[in-house]
Amino acid sequence: MINRRSTLKSMALGAVSTLAIAAVGISYAQAENKELKIGFVGVTSGPAAAWGTSNVRSMQTRAAWLNETGGVKIGNDTYNINIVTFDDQKDPKRAIAGMEKMAQEGIHYVVGPNVDDGAAAVRPVAEANGIIYFPYAFPKALYQKPASNAVLGMIANYQSGPAIYKYLKENKGVKTIAFVAANESDPLSQRDSGVEAAKALGLDVVAQNDTYQNDTRDFTPVLTPIVALKPDLLVLSGVAPANAPLLIRAARELGFEGLISTETAQDAKVLEEGAGEYANGFISVGGASTPEIASDEMKEFVTRYTKMFGEYNDESNTKVYALEYIIDTLKANPAAINDVAEFKKTMDSFSAPNPFLKGDAKLGYVGTTSFGQKRQLSVPMVVNEYKDGAFQTLFVGSVD
Amino acid sequence: MEQVIANGLYLGAQYALIALGLTLIFALMNVLNFAHGQMYVLGGFITYTVYGQLGLPFVVALLASGVTLAVIGALMEKFLFRTVIRRSHREESTMLLAAATAFFFDAVILLLFGEKQRGVPKIVKGVFNDAGIIMPYDRIVVGVLAILFIAAFVLYMQYSRVGRAMRALAQDRVAAQLMGVRVDRYSMIGFAMGAMLAGVVGGLLVTITGVNSGIGGPISIKAFLMVMIGGAGVVGGAIAGGFILGMMESVGLTALREYGDITYLVIFAALMVFLSIRPNGLMGKPWG
Repeated sequence: MINRRSTLKSMALGAVSTLAIAAVGISYAQAENKELKIGFVGVTSGPAAAWGTSNVRSMQTRAAWLNETGGVKIGNDTYNINIVTFDDQKDPKRAIAGMEKMAQEGIHYVVGPNVDDGAAAVRPVAEANGIIYFPYAFPKALYQKPASNAVLGMIANYQSGPAIYKYLKENKGVKTIAFVAANESDPLSQRDSGVEAAKALGLDVVAQNDTYQNDTRDFTPVLTPIVALKPDLLVLSGVAPANAPLLIRAARELGFEGLISTETAQDAKVLEEGAGEYANGFISVGGASTPEIASDEMKEFVTRYTKMFGEYNDESNTKVYALEYIIDTLKANPAAINDVAEFKKTMDSFSAPNPFLKGDAKLGYVGTTSFGQKRQLSVPMVVNEYKDGAFQTLFVGSVD
Repeated sequence: MEQVIANGLYLGAQYALIALGLTLIFALMNVLNFAHGQMYVLGGFITYTVYGQLGLPFVVALLASGVTLAVIGALMEKFLFRTVIRRSHREESTMLLAAATAFFFDAVILLLFGEKQRGVPKIVKGVFNDAGIIMPYDRIVVGVLAILFIAAFVLYMQYSRVGRAMRALAQDRVAAQLMGVRVDRYSMIGFAMGAMLAGVVGGLLVTITGVNSGIGGPISIKAFLMVMIGGAGVVGGAIAGGFILGMMESVGLTALREYGDITYLVIFAALMVFLSIRPNGLMGKPWG
């Protein structure tokens, strides 16, 4: 006899059976591929969270895309990419803990950290545990011999700064320059190298000692004396995305009419919301892709990222590269999957098609001029100018 | 110099408003609310959502920030702090609870609102530029509003029935209870008001400084600094502490700029000397 109770029982049994079959099917499909863990140790909370979050999300988007299309074939095996993440909260002690966690999980390739002190702090852990890591930090010692496990993931400020100042000197008539930086290791070292580059170009540095606490919320008192000096160019050295719009707005509201620039990557939406039209003309180093040079694959990456996380970050145009380099280098030398010495050997001669750029652009390791060895990812150096809610390309360069 | 003084007064007004809620909660319950900065951030994000995203009037957004935080504050007092205070006589229990709620709020805010800096359209456009002073009109509006809020709060505490009850509680909890003051009720109202003030000032300042999920901790530290200068648990002390800190910051950043970022170094050094001479701050009482 069919009653309500037996009907419910049948339905429950049916649902459980369906789920069991589906689960078996999924685990079978997953069992076909091996797992390749790639780590991330960087900042995903606090004022600089946008830097690390764009890393993590780029990696997760690209990994999900690769896994969805059957995984990555390295040697004779096919791998699903698993991104293991750790938020170091921009704290070197936590960065060390994060790198130790990666070592415990048997991970050999880690993206991050995002800042100088974190990248310097994890070096002994990475070297002791056979980990190649890709910091977004600029101290040259990390990339010069005897160091060999760190690979710079972007264009350094001492590479982009001189190019920007030279462009502005020649095209916008900049003669005087002022620097302001947060009182932290990254911004201060970026300021120092910026001052050096400006002086080398013959620019008159009118202010270089002005600093602020990174958690400052109102920059009017900080900028009041600098604006009074009326420099042609105000450089926000190493400015965090959260602080850039506040600094720009305060400077403009105080009547500053010169140019404003930075060598760090910024977010157009954040600038629009925080500074509005005051941000027009703001010059920054952008993500390594522009509409003019982006391939269809790059455009699909942007679409997938936006679908996954709701909002795209221009920085991800650069951050997408690290995972691609790791995978393609492993493809070029499958022995490197558990042996970073093999990875290092491959770096010197590595070359692969760049999927994110139009034409026949290549992926390859660079850095010989700056570091004396190939310890930098080759990504286009895109210098942007912000205009009405979007970045426009000012010029595109490269490093060797 | 006029600009430096104007900057200091503006900073002081906003700092004083930030410190008020913190000192109120401390006065009533002897609780160091480490989550004060996170409450400020939450208030900022609510205003960002209501005013910046939904396009509703700024006043509505400010109201939403205040009411939401008041409700959260009341619930925190009723279900968390009241329970802990009842069950533990150790002061560090409430401190640990407050620190835990700060971390909890940090995580929730990051989850709900993301990691990016957020801002809203200016409430008033234009810049005042006369007599050697440059001050955007929206800062003037926010500064005036902050002073009005402070004045309203002081008058409310001075002359309303609730304010009198809360002051009685702050002065002597047991005596107030013996006089018929309902301790639980007014503690909850006080905590809600403190949280509401944090939410309102967060909503107010999002129009100037924007908001991001990582600034809760630094805001709390700054608020503690003001309370230490003025004297913990004293409303007048919080106001004085806010203005003193604002002025020290403004003067220091101009006068000491050639020496790098030593303004806060000097402020902290001065604070250490000051506290060794007056450990209870300007207006704090030795007995709490």
